[in-house]
Amino acid sequence: MVFKWFNKNNNEHLPEFWRRYLSYFKNANKLPPIDNTRFVVFDTETTGFDIDRDRILSIGAVTVEHKTIAVNNSFEVYLDQEIFKPETVKIHGILKRGELDKISELEAIEAFLDYIKGDTLIAHHAWFDYSMINSLLKRHGLGKLKNEFIDTAKLFKKSKHIIYHENLKNYSLDELASELNVQVIDRHTATGDALMTAVIFLKILSRLKSKNENLGWDYLLKT
Amino acid sequence: MKNSIADRVSYFLNRYPPFNLIKEESLTKIASQVQIMYLEKGDSVFDKGSNYHNHFYVVRDGSIYLYHSNETDKNIVGISDKGDIFGLRALITKENYKLTATANEESIVYAIPIETFESVTNRNVKIHRYLMTAFASNTHDPYTAEENGQIFIDYLPNRSDDIANLQTANYTRTPIYCYADQTLKKAAKKMAKHKIGCIIIVDYNKHPMGIITNSDIKNKIGTGLYPISTSVTNIMSTPIITDKDGITVANAQLKMIQHNINHICITEDGSPNSKTTGILTHHDILVTLGNSPAVILKGIRRAKRSKDLRGFRLKANTLLKNYLEQNIPLTHINHVISSINDAVTRRAIELAIKKMATPPPVKFSWICIGSQGRKEQLLFTDQDNGLIFEDVPEDKYLSTQSYFLKLAKYITKTLHVIGFEYCQADMMASNPEWCKSISQWNALFSDWIVNPNEKSILLSSIYFDYSHIYGDKTLVDSLTENIYNTLGDTSRFYSILAKDAMKNPPPLGFFKQFIVEHNGEQKNLFNIKYRALMPLIDAARVLALSKKIKNVNNTYERFEKLAEMEPNNKELFLSCAYSFKALLKFKTKQGILHSNSGKFIELSSLTKEEQLKLKRCFKPIQEIQESLKLRFNLSSSIL
Repeated sequence: MVFKWFNKNNNEHLPEFWRRYLSYFKNANKLPPIDNTRFVVFDTETTGFDIDRDRILSIGAVTVEHKTIAVNNSFEVYLDQEIFKPETVKIHGILKRGELDKISELEAIEAFLDYIKGDTLIAHHAWFDYSMINSLLKRHGLGKLKNEFIDTAKLFKKSKHIIYHENLKNYSLDELASELNVQVIDRHTATGDALMTAVIFLKILSRLKSKNENLGWDYLLKT
Repeated sequence: MKNSIADRVSYFLNRYPPFNLIKEESLTKIASQVQIMYLEKGDSVFDKGSNYHNHFYVVRDGSIYLYHSNETDKNIVGISDKGDIFGLRALITKENYKLTATANEESIVYAIPIETFESVTNRNVKIHRYLMTAFASNTHDPYTAEENGQIFIDYLPNRSDDIANLQTANYTRTPIYCYADQTLKKAAKKMAKHKIGCIIIVDYNKHPMGIITNSDIKNKIGTGLYPISTSVTNIMSTPIITDKDGITVANAQLKMIQHNINHICITEDGSPNSKTTGILTHHDILVTLGNSPAVILKGIRRAKRSKDLRGFRLKANTLLKNYLEQNIPLTHINHVISSINDAVTRRAIELAIKKMATPPPVKFSWICIGSQGRKEQLLFTDQDNGLIFEDVPEDKYLSTQSYFLKLAKYITKTLHVIGFEYCQADMMASNPEWCKSISQWNALFSDWIVNPNEKSILLSSIYFDYSHIYGDKTLVDSLTENIYNTLGDTSRFYSILAKDAMKNPPPLGFFKQFIVEHNGEQKNLFNIKYRALMPLIDAARVLALSKKIKNVNNTYERFEKLAEMEPNNKELFLSCAYSFKALLKFKTKQGILHSNSGKFIELSSLTKEEQLKLKRCFKPIQEIQESLKLRFNLSSSIL
């Protein structure tokens, strides 16, 4: 079966991996119970904050399943980019001609889509990472990400006691880590930040569950 | 391919034995196969009797309880902290788990596949020796003892009736000593400075020569036998009895009885001809064995680390359990446990102050609020607290506040380690909202009273039950003064507070059925806190405020005081006090039984008699709410 909004011709010239990715959403069933869900927590390191002009240098992700993260099932790629901003090196530490094995954007996105499948994505200030990936997809003539996503920054705000809502700020990953007592080690590697975000997500989830025994998808996704 | 997470895991493991004995590339190999598990409090890693996993575990953050359980009892065998390994024995003996491992708090645990670990450490003798010793030193666990009986027959006592006796004794590892050529005056000064009752006399190789105790000074100096300028060698008791690290409580006790002494000096090889490494006192033994409140309190006052404090607080839980089993009156239990809670908090504050670079810039008071403020906190619950500091000039305000915030952060962290979880609503002194100068507090409280709204009523129902724990009590007194001055005589505030006190109706439905929760995980459970205790707590608070009762925070004491002040309502108030005590006891027992807060009660698990008893306690709730309605004129109120 083919999605209505793709006519056949269009679909055939699309790369194999994109069609494979779309197939995960064909039988978009109801979401499984939260505890049995596979979450993919990811982060990107970029040359800057301009969605159109800046480029992704690295994508890192980990999988959370049954409150467990398998180290050997983490995702970590570094991308070869023509755009390079020396002033951002001090943040992410990725050199233009460093010793890291780098791959092309297309190879990276293929690997990434195969990794995330149709599962729910989680990121800190997720909108930015989500848009960076979408902008990359667009450059290569592909559609947008179709996964559901949860922003830990927004989720955290919701988890705070009502009396503090009025003076809540926009929490950075570091602030959130210190608030939730998550240890910070070498920040600004994409996978490392993804792992930190994953632990933060689990902690927020546990706090939400202790307050609201009926915690459901509506609540998590409506951010 | 690069795996940054494996690097992080390996970096952590490398700090703890036996992983620090493993070569870097091998450790990375292990790390890359690790599973990172997140556990909520109460989640179990494995259960007694279940098949062994393919992994053993290392605690990354938090702590894991290992216990042996049967139908009636939960016998805690050990607590694994950061860097500790657990769950390995079953893998080596290829047997089912003999213990249950459960998260004692929110924890992160690394699961390490035994296969990878073995393939990497295959021929490493040191690692194997470490693991063997780790097993052997677990002898306080009778189940381990049984199991390893063949391998470690030399070390092991044959009988393991009394678990505590087999424990290795804890002792002071940084003993205070004094050289043999010094004067008694100098030694006595040292003892005074360190607040200790005895001091070891050593030669220049630090080999022990004798010991001076308070009674030596009393008997030999106080009586005028020697002047205080005399050499310590004239006063010290000899010979000194020595032993080495690892002495069991039973052996130490025996030795003390044999030699009629109260102190054993610990040396490197156990003989007097080696270096002094510690001192074991009779008190240390009592602490290990003892469960008397006095011993626990004394231990708390002397504790040097938060881990020790946790140990004492856990002992208090055992005490609590025994008390409840022996049916000791709740007033007494409550008194003992709240003294222990307060002492633990006080000691945590003292330890935190020591960590600060400078002493507190101005006077301050640490207050506990909510249930600890009312001194009704029997089981571990969340910490709720605040900090009041003296007024300072405006230009000093921020720097003073930031000093106290830092201090409060240390304190709340220590309390967390001890077992008082962080307050979910962040009502803690580490939050700038609750760490202010006395004027700011007064302004805040006045505002709540003068402009009551939903939020301020909620907050005042928590904050007005404060009690002073540490520091300058006059600050707290002036806070109380201000509240009563602002309240005046006819405050709208009372009506709103009284109305709020009635938000939870009496817990019995029309047909005298229990009102239970209707949805969620707690479906069909009875919430004893919200439906039975809170109405009484809230009623007592508003009545106490309106009667200007000061310094009585405890709910049943408030009712007792009210009974005294209003003889014509005596019966009602006393029945409320009685109900409250009975309900609190009930909740605590349930909490111990299920090792949670005891808030939710499964009615079907109660006997008919217990159900009736509970129902009897509810009657005063209805009556006190009726009385509030009349007293504060609520039926005609437009609120």
